[in-house]
Amino acid sequence: MSSVLEQALGQGSIKLQQSCVSWKETFELAGLGLVESSRTTSAYTNEMIQAFEELGPYMVIAPGIALAHGRPSEAVLATGLSLVTLSTPVVFGSIANDPVSLVIGLAAVDHDSHIDLMAALSELLMSEDTVNFLLKATNESQVRSYLI
Amino acid sequence: MGIGTSVLLKMNAEKVLEAMGIQAEVVAADITKAKRDGEGADIILTTPELVVLLEGMPGKIVSIEHVFDLTEIRQKLSAALL
Repeated sequence: MSSVLEQALGQGSIKLQQSCVSWKETFELAGLGLVESSRTTSAYTNEMIQAFEELGPYMVIAPGIALAHGRPSEAVLATGLSLVTLSTPVVFGSIANDPVSLVIGLAAVDHDSHIDLMAALSELLMSEDTVNFLLKATNESQVRSYLI
Repeated sequence: MGIGTSVLLKMNAEKVLEAMGIQAEVVAADITKAKRDGEGADIILTTPELVVLLEGMPGKIVSIEHVFDLTEIRQKLSAALL
């Protein structure tokens, strides 16, 4: 199950203990992780930011956790994830789940082929212990060995 | 269709409904699709920020704050199904 996640997080997609002052900065980092791991072009970062600006902080899906994503588009080269943890939590304007400490970037090539990935992501983030572990992690190898 | 929140919510709602022994068809949709195709839905699961965009639809709107919290989903679905 979890190796699905490890594969979805390409080289360059994990950015830990980052310092950001706004939701936009966190989205830029989540987007950068997708770009550096060759899953998207930089246009996708703008699409994620635009989606948040249109529909607001509904992307904060659980206490402290945001799922940054746009729609499948030409800017998506391959399905993948990025993972950003914040050294200081950032207020997103969520009704129930502010402030945010963990941002997952998601790019999908279509509407169906990433379903296994979403199931694995759901299993992962359902565990508070796991989320706390991710938030405390200071290097990428810690995170990768946890996911394998 | 949605690719993010709605997919997670669909998966977890299906888990809960199965545990409750309730047969249901759960469809993931973004706001546009929900408004276009969701007329026949008995229940519309969403998150608090999007409730305002779905008001006026025939189905009961159930707002889930924490999409990984199966207890919250179960409690709110049970109440909506009464």
